[in-house]
Amino acid sequence: MNPELASPSSSSDRRISVLARHLAGVEMDYKNDSISAFPTSGSDNNSVFSHVVRGPEDPILGVTVAYNKDPSPVKLNLGVGAYRTEEGKPLVLNVVRKAELLLVNDRSRVKEYLPITGLAEFNKLSAKLMFGANCPAIQENRVTTVQCLSGTGSLRVGAEFLAKHYLQRTIYIPQPTWGNHPKIFTLAGLSVKTYRYYDPATRGLNFQGLMEDLNSASSGAIVLLHACAHNPTGVDPTSQQWEQIRKLMRSKGLMPFFDSAYQGFASGNLDADAQPVRMFVADGGELLLAQSYAKNMGLYGERIGALSIVCKTADVAARVESQLKLVIRPMYSNPPIHGASIVAAILKNRDLYNEWTIELKAMADRIISMRQKLFEALRARGTPGDWSHIVKQIGMFTFTGLNSKQVAFMTKEYHIYMTSDGRISMAGLSSKTVPHLADAIHAAVKQVV
Amino acid sequence: MASAMISLASATPSASLSVQETLMGKTRLASGCVSTLFNKEKGKPSIKKKSFGQISMTVAVNVSRFEGIVMAPPDPILGVSEAFRADIDVKKLNLGVGAYRNEELQPYVLDVVKKAENLMLERGENKEYLSIEGLAAFNKATAELLFGADNPVIEQQRVATVQGLSGTGSLRLAAALIERYFPGAKVLISSPTWGNHKNIFNDARVPWSEYRYYDPKTVGLDFEGMISDIKAAPEGSFVLLHGCAHNRTGIDPTPEQWEKIADIIQEKNHIPFFDVAYQGFASGSLDADASSVRLFAARGMELLVAQSYSKNLGLYAERIGAINVVCSSADAAARVKSQLKRIARPMYSNPPVHGARIVANVVGDPALFDEWKAEMEMMAGRIKNVRQKLFDSLSAKDKSGKDWSFILKQIGMFSFTGLNKTQSDNMTNKWHVYMTKDGRISLAGLSLAKCEYLADAIMDSFHNVS
Repeated sequence: MNPELASPSSSSDRRISVLARHLAGVEMDYKNDSISAFPTSGSDNNSVFSHVVRGPEDPILGVTVAYNKDPSPVKLNLGVGAYRTEEGKPLVLNVVRKAELLLVNDRSRVKEYLPITGLAEFNKLSAKLMFGANCPAIQENRVTTVQCLSGTGSLRVGAEFLAKHYLQRTIYIPQPTWGNHPKIFTLAGLSVKTYRYYDPATRGLNFQGLMEDLNSASSGAIVLLHACAHNPTGVDPTSQQWEQIRKLMRSKGLMPFFDSAYQGFASGNLDADAQPVRMFVADGGELLLAQSYAKNMGLYGERIGALSIVCKTADVAARVESQLKLVIRPMYSNPPIHGASIVAAILKNRDLYNEWTIELKAMADRIISMRQKLFEALRARGTPGDWSHIVKQIGMFTFTGLNSKQVAFMTKEYHIYMTSDGRISMAGLSSKTVPHLADAIHAAVKQVV
Repeated sequence: MASAMISLASATPSASLSVQETLMGKTRLASGCVSTLFNKEKGKPSIKKKSFGQISMTVAVNVSRFEGIVMAPPDPILGVSEAFRADIDVKKLNLGVGAYRNEELQPYVLDVVKKAENLMLERGENKEYLSIEGLAAFNKATAELLFGADNPVIEQQRVATVQGLSGTGSLRLAAALIERYFPGAKVLISSPTWGNHKNIFNDARVPWSEYRYYDPKTVGLDFEGMISDIKAAPEGSFVLLHGCAHNRTGIDPTPEQWEKIADIIQEKNHIPFFDVAYQGFASGSLDADASSVRLFAARGMELLVAQSYSKNLGLYAERIGAINVVCSSADAAARVKSQLKRIARPMYSNPPVHGARIVANVVGDPALFDEWKAEMEMMAGRIKNVRQKLFDSLSAKDKSGKDWSFILKQIGMFSFTGLNKTQSDNMTNKWHVYMTKDGRISLAGLSLAKCEYLADAIMDSFHNVS
């Protein structure tokens, strides 16, 4: 062992050093050898990682962690957006099992590296699913689609690409939005601003605020749009409102970046849920799209999604694709094959595709019926307030309008697990558990302000 | 930056072409396309086919916002495979591929993997999100495989293990950790090294420099150069080491040399950072191939290890690996793990489940584990046999007295032949042998049947081309 081990104060020196650098915004000097790095040591008392503090639990995924720890028999997990059956169990779609059986029994299948852009068949089918089979942009080869790691991965790759190559590095995100959005964009190198979205007074869309904020955005800025079933609020613009948003964005040259995590899951109809995106493609303009199959095909853990960039010309699309590869290669080289194979098998087979649409509609319908049941349960209890937003909002989540104190109360007294912004996952409810939730909301509203 | 892009667009002829193209495109779009109309019923869109003579809707700017983007160069390694595919000569040989091939030069899915997948399907496991750090059973198995289940670092819970997207993804998580918590610290990488290492550290904004490694004179290790460069680096640098089967050269330090490397790293308070992509695949023995890592851990050093199951379990496309950080205390390991999670969440939220389950099932079942070890010995054995045959062929043909024994001394999938760029080009152009320009061949793509032919090609290129 080295007798010249660092002194006991070195770990605090290191901590202060790290803070000082961050505060001073020190530029990275790649060539300067005179930057002395941190003394390291192998001794038990002095770790090179002693300045690394414990990170907080992820707020959304942390809900499930807390739920798992609770021993109560009436506990309810309404945190993460994963579909549950009426029996409260995770669901693997029949059509997915069929596809997997096909894959496993196909002796010609190998596990060779996919290309950096992923499974070509999957990419083509994904683009068709969202943009429509006869979409001119696809036929003109103006769309580049690359397989990515579900929605998150697609957003991250798209954002890194924009940070490197797009003329504007500001992205506007709706207020509120999925908790992971700002982190993804910030780490990718974009600067994040917000536009008004949710109106607590109506528990609906603040359309005027939205239009004002987009109107005052700098020309060319990127705008994140939830394609359907806004997360966390469940509040979507109407078709007429979408058209106005589109007109405004195009007139200001704002770059749309769609996040589509619920196609087919929102209304139960794949084409209906794709309308806002298709509207923006139909006007001949450019856009980015992040697609996820986590919810609509129940492939959460397989991490399967796609990033599409619709460009003005085929030549631009080819160049854009080549640059996307340079983002992906140093991140994970090439994407995982299993989820992509399942999706491709289902989308390209007429029978499997039809089966899928039926199972998808069944999931969407169950959620819609949970909304109805919860609304009726609250009305039956005479819970103060207007709860119609529960049936007006769409998709997996409901923004209840409950505040964080009320949420904490519901967790403590009723063992209801949800995110502190008042969002509940309807997918986690069943006819049996609706009464318990209604009791909890009722109590929270009456007892906590 | 914005103004530069715009001026580029107006200056180049291609810009005006694209405007023209765009106008044409717009006209095509305007006449006879499927368009979506919304009928009066709220929220009920219908799709109607309609021909538009003139669209009076607001359209976007005519020039692409991405017009200034240039075509990126093709990936150097993939380019080799593409050229190989295009070649119609029957004698062609693809020695650029970094994936194992059997004697028939076909891709190989391990039997044990097929069994595991069948088991998984029978069990009907769900597809719920993994936690950010990945499948717990996989993380446990992978750390134990690397360090040995009874290793003190495991027993004392001093290893932070997070499932990553194979080797690349695991290296990237570590790079991001270094950037955040060791700002300004450099990573020292071998010259040469795997082509993607530099890209990973560049994108993660971690500075790097090279230490000497390959000695073209001996076609072996420049040990003095390596030690000297590691010694000269600023204290507290990260030293990237290939755990076994160095990629690109196939040249590994001897056990004695590893000890000296550990000495100098400790002396300079550097942090060892292992890339282990071939455990079990190099020598055929999982334990033997982990000995370098275990040597460092046994000295009580803190270190990072990126693992991949692409080659040793043939799970290339499943993207399964892990980043392990050995810390001096369980508390430090817990904190480091929490920070690795914070890096993974905005990158891909949580890792893919399929490959992780395969590994966990194979390692967790004694019968499957034994089968795996046998298949791995078979794969490593085939490569050793091919090395032997190639050496024998070259020695028999070459009367010049050149020492070809480096082919036997090198280990793993790759070999640095010592051929230069012109000679490598000759291999391709005259002999239809595809390899990378730095003289690297993949033994995994060579069959016993083709050794003679390859020996002829190497002989010709080495002796007749300069």
